[in-house]
Amino acid sequence: MNETISFKLNEKSVSVTTDSERMLLWVLRTDLGLTGTKYGCGKAMCGACTVIVNDRAVRSCTLPVRSIKGKNVLTIEGLAKNGKLHPIQEAFVKHDALQCGFCTPGMILNAYSLLLRNPEPTREEIIEGMEDNLCRCGAHIRIIRAIESASQEMKGAR
Amino acid sequence: MNEDKLQVAEHSHAEDLYPLSRREFLQGLGSGIVIFFAVGGPSTAKGQSRGNKERPDFNAYLRIGEDGRVTCFTGKVELGQGPITSLAQTLADELDVSLESVDMVMGDTALCPFDAGTWGSMTTPYFGPVLRAAGAEARAILIGLAAVRLKVPKDRLAVKDGVVFNNTRKSQKVTYAQLTKGKKIQKRLEQEPQIKTVGQYNLIGKPVNRLDARKKVTGEAKYTGDIRVAGMVSAKILRPPSHGAKIKSLDTSAVDKIEDAQVVRDGELIAVLHKNPDVAEKALGTIQAEYDIPEARFDDKSVFDYFIDNAGGSRVISNGGNIESGQKLAKYMVEETYLNGYVAHAPIETHTAVAHFEGDKLTVWASTQTPFGLRGALTRELGMSEENIRVIAPFVGGGFGGKISNGQAMQAVKLAKIAKKPVQLVWNREDEFFYDTFRPAAVVKIKSGIADSGKIVSWNYDIYGMGGRGSQLFYNIPNHRTTVCRELKNGKTMHLLGTGPWRAPDNNTNSFARESHIDVMAARAQMDPLEFRLKNVTDERMRRVLKAGADKFGWTPAGKAPSGRGYGMACGSDVNVPVVLFAEVKVDERTGSIEVKRVVCAQDLGLVINPEGAILQVEGCITMGLGYALTEEVHFQGGDVIDMNFDSYELPHFSWVPKVETVLIEADESPSRGGGEPAIICMGGVLTNAVYDATGARLFQIPMTPRRVRQALANRA
Repeated sequence: MNETISFKLNEKSVSVTTDSERMLLWVLRTDLGLTGTKYGCGKAMCGACTVIVNDRAVRSCTLPVRSIKGKNVLTIEGLAKNGKLHPIQEAFVKHDALQCGFCTPGMILNAYSLLLRNPEPTREEIIEGMEDNLCRCGAHIRIIRAIESASQEMKGAR
Repeated sequence: MNEDKLQVAEHSHAEDLYPLSRREFLQGLGSGIVIFFAVGGPSTAKGQSRGNKERPDFNAYLRIGEDGRVTCFTGKVELGQGPITSLAQTLADELDVSLESVDMVMGDTALCPFDAGTWGSMTTPYFGPVLRAAGAEARAILIGLAAVRLKVPKDRLAVKDGVVFNNTRKSQKVTYAQLTKGKKIQKRLEQEPQIKTVGQYNLIGKPVNRLDARKKVTGEAKYTGDIRVAGMVSAKILRPPSHGAKIKSLDTSAVDKIEDAQVVRDGELIAVLHKNPDVAEKALGTIQAEYDIPEARFDDKSVFDYFIDNAGGSRVISNGGNIESGQKLAKYMVEETYLNGYVAHAPIETHTAVAHFEGDKLTVWASTQTPFGLRGALTRELGMSEENIRVIAPFVGGGFGGKISNGQAMQAVKLAKIAKKPVQLVWNREDEFFYDTFRPAAVVKIKSGIADSGKIVSWNYDIYGMGGRGSQLFYNIPNHRTTVCRELKNGKTMHLLGTGPWRAPDNNTNSFARESHIDVMAARAQMDPLEFRLKNVTDERMRRVLKAGADKFGWTPAGKAPSGRGYGMACGSDVNVPVVLFAEVKVDERTGSIEVKRVVCAQDLGLVINPEGAILQVEGCITMGLGYALTEEVHFQGGDVIDMNFDSYELPHFSWVPKVETVLIEADESPSRGGGEPAIICMGGVLTNAVYDATGARLFQIPMTPRRVRQALANRA
């Protein structure tokens, strides 16, 4: 059923007219041309498609686009401001917290949501919060380190 | 990767993509200094460069442009292991330019010279040295030009950050950009020029951050699935229920009810096309198909017995001394069988391709480790000439040996040809599991003898189902024989599922079997595993890593297992890199679950280009290796793959990852070796040995699932 759905995407108002049962992932990647959000499993099991909806990390591959009506959506493309990387992005660069990079947008946005709710997580809390985001290259150790470092950095900025 | 080039490729038409023949292209590089160089000369290994009259005899080149920027064109691909950074670092060091002034153009058959593929940890050891030589050659040319320009003898000139200056009067200087302006120098690397040696490096050996990181953290990095071509449609393919299944009946009439959805068929290849991939997938779900499915001969449980019972002839791949006389010297004979199942590559980026025909030209973007191999296969399949096919491998989201055979690209090309429009095919996760070329299941039978002295005197090693990489003995055993059997009695392959190379092919299973067996023998001889290994290893590089690793770990002999500590060790050799792992585990005897607390790795990589990158590879190998040691195993019934997604096929999670410590042996005078594979090979052995030390239970099959651990605990003597 085609429907016009309006929401905020990376702080800009957008409207798409499409079958509202389609998943947000595909609407982002095809209709809206934002390819930073990745397809990994299609079943919300790997986290590559993670985006932020109203400050919460969600798996866009199983989220019907109708459910984001009027909400704020943040994708990896909207995280850096005026060419300046977000502290989490900076920390991923600095700590080599990636290899192939395919899981990286999802990792960063999941960490973003984690730090919003818990600005100074312990190592155990980081592991728990990131547990269901999969990385095949094995960058986990660096990702944990990057989130610890970003947390410190953001604390300084507050 | 040079984004400008990719952008051009994305948006232009074939006429723009093929304005020039290769010769013209090289001429068209314009002003500046261009150095061509080949891998495969006397000092490098064969296999990277194939002699072919049609191909130029160089397989990379570098250009220093009029703007002073340095561009390296190479057919290598960035899969995540980091050559985009380590190669740029190598080149920048020899040229004495900043790392930021180097652009890498990779994996594009129209822009880069032939390359056999990115695999086998070969980029650093074989490509790196030639790249260094080319950098040194270019630097020498620039110094020569500067000497003339500045009227200063060459030996008084030095270079820093692309500026040549007079050592005795620093204000007298000229930049590379000024020197190349208006010049057109093309030179083939004929002989190896003087490259830098230890002590002269500015960048080699220093940790640097990845050059691709910024693009990857912002979502700018383009993978094949992110390519968009005007008029492109997405394809979803109808996956048969089982390998070997043939279509009996097909009803696609329901697809017609979905607007703009189109069915395309080429024999057994059936697909639905639609501008949106999710709509194509939905339409695919309406197809009714019946298949003839061959009878299931074995499954993931009976596969090992099936291999042994139906094994055809074996081939001796290594032989020395006399097994029978060796056995007579033995005080103890130890005979065991080791089993390892199928393992998936499971890169987070599934296989993806875009095929775009325009007139008699074809452009294919593909997530591939072998862009030139794919071009060759397309040439044969389509009867087109190489000049008319361009393959581009943008950033690839993980390969691990699984992106070599390019099945998805062949499918995309067939569909695009029939549909007469550009087609993008992204395998969904279920396709990825089904069509993957798994690491093969295998059986290793070992029968060995130990003399009273603790020396291993005979070694009989029989492999079923895979090859012998990693079975070469570094233990000093006078009487040994290794055989490989990969065929059934009827001459057919043993495997029903697709199999192929998987990060350090064969070596994970061979090292698991060998290192488990070494510990079994050590226990039989009542010797400490480290002492037993040192008694039987004479190779100096291996002895060095064994000692360095033990030292870092704090290894001490514990006497008879179980010691309760949960300490284990395993060593091995891959791509000429000796490596040892030590691990500490904790076993929950009630549930059978294993917690890996700590892993120490020591390895000898020769001269390390980027220590940070090398350590990252060790961490990656150990983390990935947790999977095949603890959980990863493809379940199947005949040709039917049962694990289709990450719910039942469990990859390592954050909470599994141990503390990892890495020792890189200082060996700056030795040639550089690749670090993308060696550290993964010991994970099976080190963890089974650690579980034995913790509990006294020996597992002869990996992965060590909780059920298998509980079974082994129950069977404890």
